[in-house]
Amino acid sequence: MNEHLLDIRNLKSWYRTYQGYAQVVDGVNLTIDAGKKIGIVGESGCGKTTTMKSVLRVLDERKAYLPEGEILFKNQNILKMRETELQQIRRKNISMISQEPSAALNPVFTVGQQIFDVISYSTQDDTAKNKKELTDIAIKAIRDVFIPDPERILECYPHQLSGGMKQRICIAMALVIPRELLIADEPGTALDVTIQDQIHRLLRALVDEKQTALIMITHSLGVVRELVDQIYVMYAGNIVEVATTNELFKNPLHPYTRGLMDCVPRLSGGGISAGIYGYVPDYVHPTPGCRFSPRCPYVKEICRVQKPLMLEIDEGHTVACFRYTDSFTEQHRQEESIGERA
Amino acid sequence: MNELKQQTTVDSKILSVKNLRVYFPVEGSKKSAHKYVKAVDGVDFFINEGEILGLVGESGSGKSTIAYTIMGMNKPKEGSILFKGEDILKNNDKRSISFKKDVQIVFQDPGSSLNPFQDIRQILKLPLKVHKIVSKNQLDEAVGKALDRVELPRNFAYKTPTSIGGGEKQLVSIARALCSEPKFIILDEPTSSLDVSIQAKIINMLLKLHDEQKLTYLFITHDLSLMRNISTRVAIMYLGKICEVAPTKTFYTRPLHPYTQMLLSSIPVISEEEEELKPKKVVSVGEIPSPVDIPTGCSFHTRCNKKIDICSQKDPFMREVEPGHFVRCHLA
Repeated sequence: MNEHLLDIRNLKSWYRTYQGYAQVVDGVNLTIDAGKKIGIVGESGCGKTTTMKSVLRVLDERKAYLPEGEILFKNQNILKMRETELQQIRRKNISMISQEPSAALNPVFTVGQQIFDVISYSTQDDTAKNKKELTDIAIKAIRDVFIPDPERILECYPHQLSGGMKQRICIAMALVIPRELLIADEPGTALDVTIQDQIHRLLRALVDEKQTALIMITHSLGVVRELVDQIYVMYAGNIVEVATTNELFKNPLHPYTRGLMDCVPRLSGGGISAGIYGYVPDYVHPTPGCRFSPRCPYVKEICRVQKPLMLEIDEGHTVACFRYTDSFTEQHRQEESIGERA
Repeated sequence: MNELKQQTTVDSKILSVKNLRVYFPVEGSKKSAHKYVKAVDGVDFFINEGEILGLVGESGSGKSTIAYTIMGMNKPKEGSILFKGEDILKNNDKRSISFKKDVQIVFQDPGSSLNPFQDIRQILKLPLKVHKIVSKNQLDEAVGKALDRVELPRNFAYKTPTSIGGGEKQLVSIARALCSEPKFIILDEPTSSLDVSIQAKIINMLLKLHDEQKLTYLFITHDLSLMRNISTRVAIMYLGKICEVAPTKTFYTRPLHPYTQMLLSSIPVISEEEEELKPKKVVSVGEIPSPVDIPTGCSFHTRCNKKIDICSQKDPFMREVEPGHFVRCHLA
């Protein structure tokens, strides 16, 4: 069996609500190999973060319910792990950068104290470290993220730093002990575009240097285009399209991917498309068919009743849409001849 | 579409702002040595009737402060604001009722700008009543019309803001702004909290209304690619000062200020065509300094890759390098 670093199989993560289960993540399949960079793109509320929180098992157990699925990290199922094994994974193997740096840092401890905690937590089994060693490692980590004067920063409280600095500290904390997998959940979203650019460049450089695998979660197609090798497009808890970055931008197949690309305002001008009709579906009573069907311009009868399976169109390019099954090709051609939607 | 609009723009200034300064005292500092946050520090611009002026800048550059000052929510330290040729600041900073009718604002976060305890009908009724747009017995009909204008179904009148989505809330805010039949609307990042598919819808609605109702917009955003597609002119702000103003096309094809170039080069784009528009060899560095201690000379010199000796000593003046294209840089 070929070994992936992380292999998510048919993962379903639901939330308990008073109306019933909100079926947020609904059968996600995702693999990443060591040292690779992938991106998950989707609108807010489509289950990107829930998927990744399931991987780290940090969902609130009282609210979350995972009826099905496996998350294999180096062939070990994370969902079946005992707490001690789980700690081991969090300690050594996977780390995460969250969207809001000011919420990720504790306001009542100094940055230094928080970095020391990460270091001593991650290296607990090895030789215990003294203060001097901790400081050396922390200072090196802060230097790696290009913050000047690291000695002073260690003594600072988070509120004394700017948003960009805080996010840099979060990156430093995530990478201070080399990990095999880094999950970055919209690391630049809360920041200005010039700072976002710097953070992304930094992240890419560090990930390349340390040979860490990266899962980048974002809502911005532009960001994944610049950062990752392979893109998973997610809509309403389903992966709808997977392709390498070049392929996806050259030849987007799923109607949602196309719609999303049309919506992005272009620097080259040319106006703005009409947007995608409708809203993200109700997760408590989702449609039995394709979850994009209520918004899809090409919707057919079968889309409403049956879930499309992932279909490999090209090598490494899969899409979950009935338009690309054999029985639909004929109708598809007719549509093409009528012309794409304006 | 944009080019067409530029030609048809009538050259009459609806709003002009002259040497506007808005300072906020820093709390806790001693009275004798008062320190100020110089949020807006000498800003001049004007908006022609029928125009969409884009005001772009990073957070903390003073974009929203300008908007709030025009609306009368902040008191300026210095400067004048002329609306249709009349100084709106002279009357003890109180805005006249006719100004309030003609000028409306749409805020960034519709979640906090709509009262959650009122239903949409009550929210939309208030401006209709205050400005006496319709008589009392026609209020419900007018609310319906207001919803029609933004293409929301009429049964929305009985929903509360908490029960509708973010995009719909923003449409309600736009409907509310349009209730008083304004001439000029300030849009303060109306789509920055929304997804791109919803953003596209809101923007199209705003452009449609702009044409239908003959409106003028001051559009504040930090998204330069969005600005490219909607505005007729773009002004860029940094630390309370405007760095560059130009017609949209010129702004994106021939940016002159190093800050504009840096901003443009940091935008993540999705096609090769756009990639070519980005200025090459400009790498974004540094962060926006604190507006309490603004660097001497040109405030951008701490992050500028082209700075020369004079930049740290003397603040450059705004110069017109070609018709309609103003740059505040020693090198331009």
